[in-house]
Amino acid sequence: MKIVVTLKQVPERDALLSISPGADWIDESALSFTTSEPDAYALEEALRLRDSQPGSELVALTAGPERSASVLRDALARGADRAIHVLTSSTHDPLSTAHLLAAAIRVESPGLVLTGLQSDDLGLGQTGVILAHLLGVPHSTLALHVEPVPTGIRVKRELEDGWFQHVEMPLPALATIQSGGNQLRYATLMGIKKARNKELRTIDAASLGAPAPPAAVELTRIFPPDKQKHTRTLAGSSAEIAAQLTGILRNEVHVL
Amino acid sequence: MSGVLVVLEPRPGSDPAALSRISLEALAGGLHLAQQLSLPCIAALAGSGSAVQLQSPGFAPLRAAQLEQIYAIEHPLLAHYTADGHTLALEQLIRKLCPEYVVFPHTYQVRDYAPALAVSLGQPLVSDVIAIRIEDGSPIFVRQLFQGRLNADYRVTHPGSAPIFLSIQAGAFRAESLENSNGPATAASIVSFIPQLTEAQIRTRPAAPFRESARTVDLASAPLIVSVGRGIGEQQNLALVESLAAALGAELAASRPICDLGWLPMERQVGSSGQTVAPRLYLAVGISGAIQHLVGMKGAKTVVAINRDPAAPIFEVADYAVVGDLFEVVPELIKAIHATKGE
Ligand SMILES: Cc1cc2nc3c(=O)[nH]c(=O)nc-3n(C[C@H](O)[C@H](O)[C@H](O)COP(=O)(O)OP(=O)(O)OC[C@H]3O[C@@H](n4cnc5c(N)ncnc54)[C@H](O)[C@@H]3O)c2cc1C
Ligand SMILES: Nc1ncnc2c1ncn2[C@@H]1O[C@H](COP(=O)(O)O)[C@@H](O)[C@H]1O
Repeated sequence: MKIVVTLKQVPERDALLSISPGADWIDESALSFTTSEPDAYALEEALRLRDSQPGSELVALTAGPERSASVLRDALARGADRAIHVLTSSTHDPLSTAHLLAAAIRVESPGLVLTGLQSDDLGLGQTGVILAHLLGVPHSTLALHVEPVPTGIRVKRELEDGWFQHVEMPLPALATIQSGGNQLRYATLMGIKKARNKELRTIDAASLGAPAPPAAVELTRIFPPDKQKHTRTLAGSSAEIAAQLTGILRNEVHVL
Repeated sequence: MSGVLVVLEPRPGSDPAALSRISLEALAGGLHLAQQLSLPCIAALAGSGSAVQLQSPGFAPLRAAQLEQIYAIEHPLLAHYTADGHTLALEQLIRKLCPEYVVFPHTYQVRDYAPALAVSLGQPLVSDVIAIRIEDGSPIFVRQLFQGRLNADYRVTHPGSAPIFLSIQAGAFRAESLENSNGPATAASIVSFIPQLTEAQIRTRPAAPFRESARTVDLASAPLIVSVGRGIGEQQNLALVESLAAALGAELAASRPICDLGWLPMERQVGSSGQTVAPRLYLAVGISGAIQHLVGMKGAKTVVAINRDPAAPIFEVADYAVVGDLFEVVPELIKAIHATKGE
């Protein structure tokens, strides 16, 4: 089976975010970047599937600016067989991103596409489902595990409130992966060495045909969230803070 | 017609079926939008027996709401949720009604099919909306970015393109006024809508939902909770928050990644895919405060948060904030608690 996994590059989780002067995005100049967390789980699940199905191939795919190639190199080091980088500067509209990803995927005609459930930066939770629609394949979201069955694949998906469900789909199909289903592997030194000889192909977005129509809804302003409560910030040394907090827990919250 | 169409869901597993709380909140959001824009509001529910469901007690708040009409989308193939069934059925109703806005609750089910529905009509979905403002007669939708660390305004830049799809986050609108309205029904008529669906169009085969293990810890009734997040760094550091919980006589809870890593059992997870808690004290240690975590603990009477990132969204819901390194603050706090208790 040929598997394509989509990976998005996002700012590191603990990065300090500052709003850009035009307030239409964040200032990216001083940031370090990584793979969006659900995508790391999608890659892990894809690697396990590939290894359990002899003769399978795993292709890692991203759409983004030049710097986003690092998520592909990381995927190759963890074991992906080859990688495709669609070079584009605009990845804020899920429909146009899905258009680019679909164009790159169509020529590969994979049996299975795995995406992340939602990206850590935009958090839209849409690109995978739109991608399935554009590819004309069935999909399932919030998947923790994907297992081959005679009729296609069986997905274990998460439901609300601690419930789960199995869903079967014929191939080709797409699943969006929720974080936490596996423990992630690290890239080994050996893996990093091997990755240097693996194919990483760059395709210019413009060569992938007509872009999606312009989005009817656009992000126009970014701002810090409002406080929902009146918050008292405790200051001082750790010992002073501990003393204040203990006083509060005893005299105001009445739990000590 | 033009208007606001709100697509509702029964609470999963409710028997007899009842409207979910988040559906009522989405209804409140839809009614708000309709009122602000002077548009009529319509509701719809899809299933195999939705007309009968809509007449049952669990749907009384819907019947009492200021709605122009309620559509019961009915088909035997909608008995069990599938993305294909829901997408096709709703697409047909939307083509018939031509609403300007279609509003959903941001549930797992909506996540599964609404993006496909919107794109099949060539229209955008603004997912996970936390607020709606009207400026110069047009709506602005607010949603979170970077797991709640920043917010963003989204505007309709191509007016006239309809419908715009929205999914509304839990807690964004208040459902109380709808829940408690026991006044006479405004008598919105319930209209049955039978979509054209064939078995061959449904490509996925869902099995019955199941639970993995019984819950033995009931965090819902715990009066005091110490909750730990990924800021704890390593499994062996958990001993620190365990001593804090012991000093306070509190239950230990966690954010999802801690349970995913297997450091604490799943049943101690707080949030939208874990337990919902409402203690007198919720002490969050090294938790960033993603929306999926907040929905599980917003009901706490007092929230204390310890986090080294002053911009962590947990501070938005905190009564007391400690901006600092948990490895410095927590040991001092344990000492101070023991001292206060005279131990
Ligand atoms: C569909 C869905 C369902 C989900 N359900 C849940 C759920 O039920 N419950 C849940 O919790 N999450 C859930 N999540 C995940 C959620 O989105 C977040 O990813 C998760 O809550 C983050 O956990 P965290 O705060 O522990 O980790 P992080 O976001 O990594 O935050 C760690 C925090 O620790 C702080 N920190 C680091 N070091 C220190 C230090 N030394 N001292 C003090 N502070 C420090 C950092 O500043 C940071 O704010 C769900 C996600 C999805 C998409
Ligand atoms: N620019 C991109 N390149 C590769 N994959 C992407 C990109 N944008 C989104 N995706 C995939 O789609 C998933 C959902 O993204 P989103 O709709 O932004 O929440 C991500 O987890 C990725 O797997």
